[in-house]
Amino acid sequence: MKILRLLAVLPLFALSLAAHADKLRLPADAPPAFQAECASCHLAFPPQLLAADDWKRVMASLDKHYGDNASLDAKTRIVLEDFLVRNAGKPEKVGAGGTAPRLTSTPWFKRKHHEVPRADWTHAKVKTPANCAACHTMAAEGSYREREIVMPNGNKWED
Amino acid sequence: MKIAIPILLVLCTLSAQAATPADLLAGYRSEAAQQTPGFQPSAQRGAEFYARRFGNSAKMPSCASCHTDNPAQAGRHVVTDKTIKPLAPTANAERFADPAKVEKWFKRNCTEVVGRECSSAEKADFLGYLTGAR
Repeated sequence: MKILRLLAVLPLFALSLAAHADKLRLPADAPPAFQAECASCHLAFPPQLLAADDWKRVMASLDKHYGDNASLDAKTRIVLEDFLVRNAGKPEKVGAGGTAPRLTSTPWFKRKHHEVPRADWTHAKVKTPANCAACHTMAAEGSYREREIVMPNGNKWED
Repeated sequence: MKIAIPILLVLCTLSAQAATPADLLAGYRSEAAQQTPGFQPSAQRGAEFYARRFGNSAKMPSCASCHTDNPAQAGRHVVTDKTIKPLAPTANAERFADPAKVEKWFKRNCTEVVGRECSSAEKADFLGYLTGAR
């Protein structure tokens, strides 16, 4: 009987683990400026994907933001940096994003995407590895489950 | 008189938060007229400005690079590929409704695309064009 009960609970446990790994929902304490300032040009990237030190470096060089000038007034910049740092990923989990930190350059990101063929990264529909929504069809909702992935050729992702 | 000033201040604060494209156009027009007496906005000049390839940025030579040839259509950011809602207020009521937001984006995008900040006259022409775009 006990074993039966355990068996009934196990799938639930496995599900919750999987959901945890694939969901990068926008933290509830996101200030309105996060959507207005960060997400007008690109996806509202999950703060969990960079470590706090890397976010600080990103926010210290907004005038040279990957080829764009994304300068903010001091007050907004501080509000956003606080939010990003508060919700940043653990350095031991995500790793470092390089000298000009990119969340697509962390060891975690590379490990997660090592099976993706080179041609897909440079595909006209993708343009940049930071275009999460090109393949993760539910990225805007903070969901990155494998079964939601559609590759640039229109096919579902197959391991 | 003592009461008039606080009332005026309240009115100014309110008007700074919400505006119509026509309010903004009128504001830029009067600013431009101070520099050039008799200035009149021109939708034609605005359309030409919108389509002009300034060449300051290789990826974003013109407004149309991201906002497409028709500002009443949705666009796409050329670098990130993110969808951009239509720029023309005729197609998107959120546009040109918040003066601070409008100024922020003029400053950002003019610096990026034109290579300098835009003049009041250019902004007036631009709005003259967009408010008629279908």
